[in-house]
Amino acid sequence: MNLLGKLTWSAIPFDQPIIMGASGGMILGIASVVGWVALKGYVPYLWREWLTSVDHKRIGVMYIVLALLMLLRGFSDAVMMRAQQAVAAGGAQGYLPPEHFDQIFSAHGTIMIFFVAMPLVIGLMNFVVPLQLGIRDVAFPTLNSISLWLTASGILLINISLFVGEFARTGWVAYPPLSGLQFSPGVGVDYYLWSLQISGVGTLLTGINFVTTILKTRAPGMGYMRMPVFCWTALASNLMIIAVFPILTATFAMLLLDRYLGFHFFTVDAGGNAMMYVNLFWMWGHPEVYILVLPAFGVFSEVSATFSGKPLFGYRSMVAATMVICVLSCMVWLHHFFTMGASANVNAVFGIASMIIGVPTGVKIFNWLFTMYGGRLRFTVPVLWTIGFMVTFVLGGLTGVLLAVPPVDWQVHNSLFLVAHFHHVIIPGVIFGVFAGYMYWFPKAFGFKLDESWGRRAFWCWFIGFHLAFMPLYVVGLMGMTRRLQHYDVVSWQPWLIAAAAGTAIIFAGVVCQIVQFVVSIRHREELRDVTGDPWNGRTLEWSTTSPPPAWNFAFLPHVTGRDAYWSKKALARVTQGQPPEAREYKPIEVPKNTPTGFVNAFFAVVTGFALIWHIWWMAALGLVGAFVTFLAFAFREREEDEISAETLAQFDRAHAVEGAP
Amino acid sequence: MTDIQYDRAPGDISISAKPDKMDLSDVGIYTIGLTLALILTATSFWVANTSLIWVPGISLGLAVLAIAQMGVHLVFFLHITSAPDNTNNVLALAFGVFIVFLVCAGSLWIMRDLNSNMTMPPELMNLHMQR
Amino acid sequence: MNVAVAIHDVKQDAFVPASEAGPAPKRIVVGFGFWIFLLSDIVMFSVLFAAYAVLARATAGGPTGAQLFNQVNVAIQTAFLLVSSYTCGMMSLAISTRQRLNTYTFAFITFVLGAAFLYLEVHEFASMIARGAGPQRSAFLSAFFTVVGCHGLHVTAGLLWLVVMMAQVAIKGFRPAVDRRLLCFALFWHALDIIWVWLFTAVYLIGARL
Repeated sequence: MNLLGKLTWSAIPFDQPIIMGASGGMILGIASVVGWVALKGYVPYLWREWLTSVDHKRIGVMYIVLALLMLLRGFSDAVMMRAQQAVAAGGAQGYLPPEHFDQIFSAHGTIMIFFVAMPLVIGLMNFVVPLQLGIRDVAFPTLNSISLWLTASGILLINISLFVGEFARTGWVAYPPLSGLQFSPGVGVDYYLWSLQISGVGTLLTGINFVTTILKTRAPGMGYMRMPVFCWTALASNLMIIAVFPILTATFAMLLLDRYLGFHFFTVDAGGNAMMYVNLFWMWGHPEVYILVLPAFGVFSEVSATFSGKPLFGYRSMVAATMVICVLSCMVWLHHFFTMGASANVNAVFGIASMIIGVPTGVKIFNWLFTMYGGRLRFTVPVLWTIGFMVTFVLGGLTGVLLAVPPVDWQVHNSLFLVAHFHHVIIPGVIFGVFAGYMYWFPKAFGFKLDESWGRRAFWCWFIGFHLAFMPLYVVGLMGMTRRLQHYDVVSWQPWLIAAAAGTAIIFAGVVCQIVQFVVSIRHREELRDVTGDPWNGRTLEWSTTSPPPAWNFAFLPHVTGRDAYWSKKALARVTQGQPPEAREYKPIEVPKNTPTGFVNAFFAVVTGFALIWHIWWMAALGLVGAFVTFLAFAFREREEDEISAETLAQFDRAHAVEGAP
Repeated sequence: MTDIQYDRAPGDISISAKPDKMDLSDVGIYTIGLTLALILTATSFWVANTSLIWVPGISLGLAVLAIAQMGVHLVFFLHITSAPDNTNNVLALAFGVFIVFLVCAGSLWIMRDLNSNMTMPPELMNLHMQR
Repeated sequence: MNVAVAIHDVKQDAFVPASEAGPAPKRIVVGFGFWIFLLSDIVMFSVLFAAYAVLARATAGGPTGAQLFNQVNVAIQTAFLLVSSYTCGMMSLAISTRQRLNTYTFAFITFVLGAAFLYLEVHEFASMIARGAGPQRSAFLSAFFTVVGCHGLHVTAGLLWLVVMMAQVAIKGFRPAVDRRLLCFALFWHALDIIWVWLFTAVYLIGARL
């Protein structure tokens, strides 16, 4: 029996220069960063304060860092695809052979959805929700750390697939029978399945964490209708995570059983039914996009209210629209496979449901518009992202309503029209929303604002670049171009694809602007310093803390009496100005202890995942045992909490002139 | 935090007034639950094997008995009640049941529809085989 | 009585609606969190069950449920699991009244009954495989082995968890954290029995009539 399963030296693609270059660059980059960190002596600090942290703020930041790094890889995939399609017209074959091109479009989708959009959104929710709810941390802080590191495990595995083995060539949805053992005997689909299964567990645990936090641990006085809208959208998103991620887990488990043990769920013989996979996958897949976009909608609600200087218009209808979307989005999934054999009756039902779901989204758009109308709008960069979103997303949503009509979908299904549509909603929806949130909450997280001018440049590059990159795709889709083509014979498509490549280059400039913005802001951080904790004249509770907040967030949990809790507190403070605030008696607080459980468990998850991919059974068993021992060590630890003394609390408040300090 | 019990954890019986000895009525709740469940189980096996019931109704009868037994478990073993201190737990359960229903009913409906729509009628099927 | 005086006697937060009462006690938070985890687990089972329902007739010329399922075996398994749920309830009561010996006793009985359930299930699987009716034979059999096997895996995990929990009680006593974990275990064990009710009815009893 081979000790290393299927793993041999031939797994490394020495004969493919592009992959070797990319892998080499990635490994060099990681090695230099790790080397620099080690040489500077930062490792103990990193381990103590970040890797073993169970603080939601630190975990949120780490999610976003991971996601932004993966954005670079997912975007490189996009650049490569656009470049290939811009040149591979007529007889030309471009520079990417089909086997490589197939892996690129599969990796692009997988990375962007699972390892960019999900961690960005989850990271924002992690950082903001406990602060907005007026509490000290989520319900299960250690579980939070476990979730983060399991996501990192998935990311590590998918990055290893770049230079050890290959990735799936099936597209990011991995339909059988193509993804079954018979037609994909290599390790690519296994990399896809295991990295997503592992990170999927992390995501499910996040869902449980946040639903419990939002429903059971809000600050005193914060009834449901006094929660910020971002928390409502976080609630809806996490309810959907709990509802649908188990579907993905079970579906992937069935495909894994087919591939590893010769089961017949989705095979072409012995009674297997490949369409069942399609049905189950999209039962997860459609709610997934709403899981991504709802928190982004929440960001837009917060940003538009704060920078208009007005409360959000139509709070109740906003909440109702959010919860309606939460339920309806679980009932439309067949529109992803209108063309795959259902009868007209079934298609009609799901088509109508898909059109109906545009209504609550429309309600939200009108509410944002009416929030801005009559207010004194400050055109900061988050507001630019918001307006850019509103203009772009509405058009993208309209193409969605168009696609919801089955006969129309039959014409353009799996063409570039479809590709244009979903990028037309996901990029303005999720990406612009996260970028707005990133600039809005950055000062809270790090104590200084991001540079506005570079932010503006980044926005315009993204906005113009996006339109140039994707509008031609509608045209070419209507001209008949199918998606995922490595080369094509219809030369009249080429000008449009060249335009799309140019658009991608402009987006690239936007990304560069954002990187420059980050560096410049760090350099000028003293001028950009946020000393009050409330740089934007905010309305919600996170702005009542210092920037950055202390580990415990609030020495005293705020007592909430209405919506926009911080705004009313500030109004009251203006009225009672001059009167000394009553001194409060500080009591020691218990905070959960930092623990290496999450990090160590994730290490074993990577070991197990890698071993299963390469059929190294003894290593997989070891990994599982290791994970179990890690849990035992956690379960039997002596002390579970640290105490922060009353003096520490009082000292901090005094040093930062927080109201109520003695 | 308050002294008033606004909520109950799922699985907890309401707080026992006498924590030092097992309250007999608590044991009684579990015993009644066990008895009912045993009766329902036995009935299920009988229904599955008897010739006394109209055959097409057997599957429905079995499903009803199963749902009843799941209810017995929920009430007597998990102490899920309709009291206000249990509202969150009941709502969560309702959401779960909704999703389960969507998954099972939705899948069955769609897959049956696909199956019947994609099966060639017998005459065409014969022609197809002959080619 | 003077109403004004009476109001002063009442706790300040007594009139607050439940949603404004502030963070709930830890036991409730943990219990609720585990409850929704269980619901997510049930969604996962429902997907496997939906696959079984769709593939129930896809026997590919191989054995059908009616030919394979042994009702006596299933009835005994059901009885074992049901009684183990009862003894788990007794264990919960013993925990709430801090009776160590009763806790260990009922835990042991629960374990034995659960292990007996598993033994019968493994035995059934082994005999089916020996007859050439393994999960690789047809889609129906794949789905059967997966949905029932997944339940069996959960029972196995539960037994392992029970052993660890008894070790925790022995070493740490009835600390609040241990108490909360035992609450979660009880929820888990009862939920497994609920799922089994659905499985034995839909897979074995109804499934054998297709």
